[in-house]
Amino acid sequence: MAHGPATLADGWRAYISRWVFTTNHKDIGTLYLWFSFAMFLLGGAFAMIIRAELFQPGMQLIRPEFFNQMTTMHGLVMVFGAIMPAFVGLANWMIPLMIGAPDMALPRMNNLSFWILPFAFAILTSTLFMEGGGPNFGWTFYAPLSTTYAPDSVNFFIFAIHIMGASSIMGSINIIATVMNMRAPGMTYMKMPLFVWTWVITAFLLVAVMPVLAGAVTMMLMDINFGTSFFDAAGGGDPVLFQHVFWFFGHPEVYIIILPAFGVVSQIIPTFSRKPLFGYSSMVYATAAIAFLSFVVWAHHMFTVGMPIAGELYFMYATMLIAVPTGVKVFNWITTMYKGSLTFETPMLFSIAFVILFTFGGFTGLMLSIAAADMQYHDTYFVVAHFHYVMVAGAVFSGTAAIYYWLPKWCGKMYNETMGQVQFWVAFIGFNIAFMPQHFLGLAGMPRRYADYGLQFADWNMVSSIGAFIYGGAQLMLLYNVIMTIKFGKPTTEEKTWEGAEGLEWTVPSPAPYHTFSTPPEFK
Amino acid sequence: MSVDASNRRVVVKSLFGAAGMFAFAIFVLPPIYDLFCEITGLGGKTGDEYTAVDVRVDTSREVRVRFVASNNASMPWVFKPTKDSVVVHPGEPTEITYFAHNITDEDMVSQAIPSLVPNNVADYFHKTECFCFENQPLAAGDEAELKLIFIIDPDLPESVNSLTLSYTIFDITDRTADPIAQLK
Repeated sequence: MAHGPATLADGWRAYISRWVFTTNHKDIGTLYLWFSFAMFLLGGAFAMIIRAELFQPGMQLIRPEFFNQMTTMHGLVMVFGAIMPAFVGLANWMIPLMIGAPDMALPRMNNLSFWILPFAFAILTSTLFMEGGGPNFGWTFYAPLSTTYAPDSVNFFIFAIHIMGASSIMGSINIIATVMNMRAPGMTYMKMPLFVWTWVITAFLLVAVMPVLAGAVTMMLMDINFGTSFFDAAGGGDPVLFQHVFWFFGHPEVYIIILPAFGVVSQIIPTFSRKPLFGYSSMVYATAAIAFLSFVVWAHHMFTVGMPIAGELYFMYATMLIAVPTGVKVFNWITTMYKGSLTFETPMLFSIAFVILFTFGGFTGLMLSIAAADMQYHDTYFVVAHFHYVMVAGAVFSGTAAIYYWLPKWCGKMYNETMGQVQFWVAFIGFNIAFMPQHFLGLAGMPRRYADYGLQFADWNMVSSIGAFIYGGAQLMLLYNVIMTIKFGKPTTEEKTWEGAEGLEWTVPSPAPYHTFSTPPEFK
Repeated sequence: MSVDASNRRVVVKSLFGAAGMFAFAIFVLPPIYDLFCEITGLGGKTGDEYTAVDVRVDTSREVRVRFVASNNASMPWVFKPTKDSVVVHPGEPTEITYFAHNITDEDMVSQAIPSLVPNNVADYFHKTECFCFENQPLAAGDEAELKLIFIIDPDLPESVNSLTLSYTIFDITDRTADPIAQLK
């Protein structure tokens, strides 16, 4: 196998070795993407169980204890297993291609950072089969629910988080090193594609806050097993401290999830508008501003813990300030489309839906940032609706757009445009049917994370569940589309899959050869 | 500088950054949080020993102080307040006791940790003498009355007319250098 990677024709042993020992950024990107999709289906299955139980009031399918495990595992698997690895996969595939590098800067660390992930999730998922059940304290694992009152399996959960954190930190260091040291001659920082920019800022956020999460779970571990009292009021600690530490990680985390999504959309919208991105440098500065602000607003997740009024006001105003750089971005995307010669292929449809629905989610975020009003919204389905509009219609829609956009470059086959568009509309309609009613439920006072609800919430819950099933079906269609494209798609060899596309990734042949840019390209 | 060397620099710097943030979360955040709560009086932690100053006793007000005791999970002693609650006037020093009984066959040392509710009035609850200021050794089978003298500050906000003081007792025998010597 001197020329290129082992295939199944070389025997399964060589084929498995290729994937296990690979240091090729494209292989590792592919592994990340498939792994995250598997986790997406797993987390989605948990969501289907949740929505099936909530289809009607009363308990029909599962026990309440298991429901709590489902909400917890759904959140953990989706955040740490589906969305984050999906964007790391895109970064692995696309960053070297976009900056004209032959590979990532640290290929062996790249291999390690991927291959510890399946172990982390095997540990996490195995807790569901343990005595006492898996984590049941919500994905935010507030102490003392996650310490004093946690099931014994919490120790496995803690180690799984440690491993995920190590993986994310290694992946981020790799991205930072690649972008700083491996750019093609002539590619200055302010000429980098926006996807690269958003990812390098995300990587800095990850290096800064994943250790804080590791610290939080380490303190939990010590409280549970070694008699310390970081979060135990009885021993002189404070459970509210846990919430501060958690959200000091947790708020930057939501931007870790959304910034690469911004990057993807900033690549796709100019392509299908056949215009350069409007306000490139303001996009870069807005991204940096959002990243900076994310560190100083964390307590808006905990307005109801009994903060002094000055604290509430500070966190309220600081949070609202984030709407300014975010508004700059939305303005730039819309202005890029303005008077462009638009076409509406599947990636563009997902990107436009992203802009609309993400903005909608941003507005409900602004509502939640009003400290006085948050007393009513706190821990209701309004919050659930808000963060699904930004996480799903934000991160997942943009990830789906990225798959359709770059799939022809990855595998040299064109997806079926009709099937792509059908999948888009099913996803778009299903998503809105699932999550729009949750705003009404929340405003009417339905609390989140309960296995049952009052009869007055029955109708909208049924609607929401139907939408969730439709949206779940749309993901199976995505899987079908991707597999059909790889197996039976129309071969394409054009370097530029999309006529309006710009950037170094569109100067290599399709499918992208196993090794690209062995000599640095000239970038003007 | 070669690409390898600059990669190494990025890795070393980032790992230092990550290790620094880990240390920040465990060793810096909890102390500054405690400091913040101490300065603002939030969090329900009562202060250290208080030297009584001459204040008038506000006989026009009555405040009920309730006492709660609990044991840390691994603590076998019997531990309870001798009175469930007292009614006091602000400014008046009041003595109450807690009862502790070491029911085990071993000499043990305990530490009691206070917490006050509502948690924004900790600054108005002064203790001039408290068993919680030092640890409590008890020989096997022994029992003791543990003394506490407190004064409610006359500046206690008008809206507050009852307080609850809670003690949780911890087994610190392992952490104490020589429990037997302390008993002598």
